[in-house]
Amino acid sequence: MEISVQELKRVDLVTVAGRIDSSNASDLDEALKDLLGKGRYSIVMDLAGVEYMSSAGLRTLVGTVRECKRRGGDLRLTTPSERVFEVLKLAGLDSVFKVYDDSTSAVGSF
Amino acid sequence: MGSVKRLTVPGRYDQISTICDFVAQGAEKAGLDEDATFHVQLACDEACTNIIEHAYGGEGEGVIDVSWQVNRRTLTITLQDQGRPFNPDAVESPDIPQNPDKIDQLKIGGLGLHFMRRLMDEVTFSFDTNRGNTLIMVKHIKPQEAK
Repeated sequence: MEISVQELKRVDLVTVAGRIDSSNASDLDEALKDLLGKGRYSIVMDLAGVEYMSSAGLRTLVGTVRECKRRGGDLRLTTPSERVFEVLKLAGLDSVFKVYDDSTSAVGSF
Repeated sequence: MGSVKRLTVPGRYDQISTICDFVAQGAEKAGLDEDATFHVQLACDEACTNIIEHAYGGEGEGVIDVSWQVNRRTLTITLQDQGRPFNPDAVESPDIPQNPDKIDQLKIGGLGLHFMRRLMDEVTFSFDTNRGNTLIMVKHIKPQEAK
């Protein structure tokens, strides 16, 4: 899994690629906690490069969106693959996250 | 009866992708399509994560035995571990409110078990003092998928 974080003016764009499962979800969790620790609560996560996500990845996303919303921000998702969107739907989380077709729209939504 | 393929791996999270690749061979043998193969892999991923987390209480505490068998109408995956007895009835169900404003009420414990039950056609847990936990998951082969 590869994670890159781009700090924009009001939003952070987190781009993730590869496979997210129990073996590496903690790495993603750490990267997101780093942002939250800096008081950055408006986050866009680009999932276009994520080919696989298990519930371990979802737990990280849920923990992050919960914290962001408590602090007046949000975690918004862009371009999940069909597989990742299916996993979100299977968990019933497709209504919890705002999902955008591209990062520009997601960043502009804040 | 189809032949049985077996794999034994250490109970560690970094072995999950190996298990996913192994069960994908069974899905291919069964002639499952890409979607169904993904479902089998995800169900096994969640099952193995539960074994490491709940039965063994952490990584490196024991092994996971995986086997698959293809019959005319089914792909059967069997997972065995020597950890603590796993009682699926004791697992809390996830509670996902449809209103995003109620995010604080969201409970996602038990999501792995929820996935396994939704993705596979049959999911059966049993425990035996000699063999430990046995989980049997069955995926039905749709007629158009059967070779």
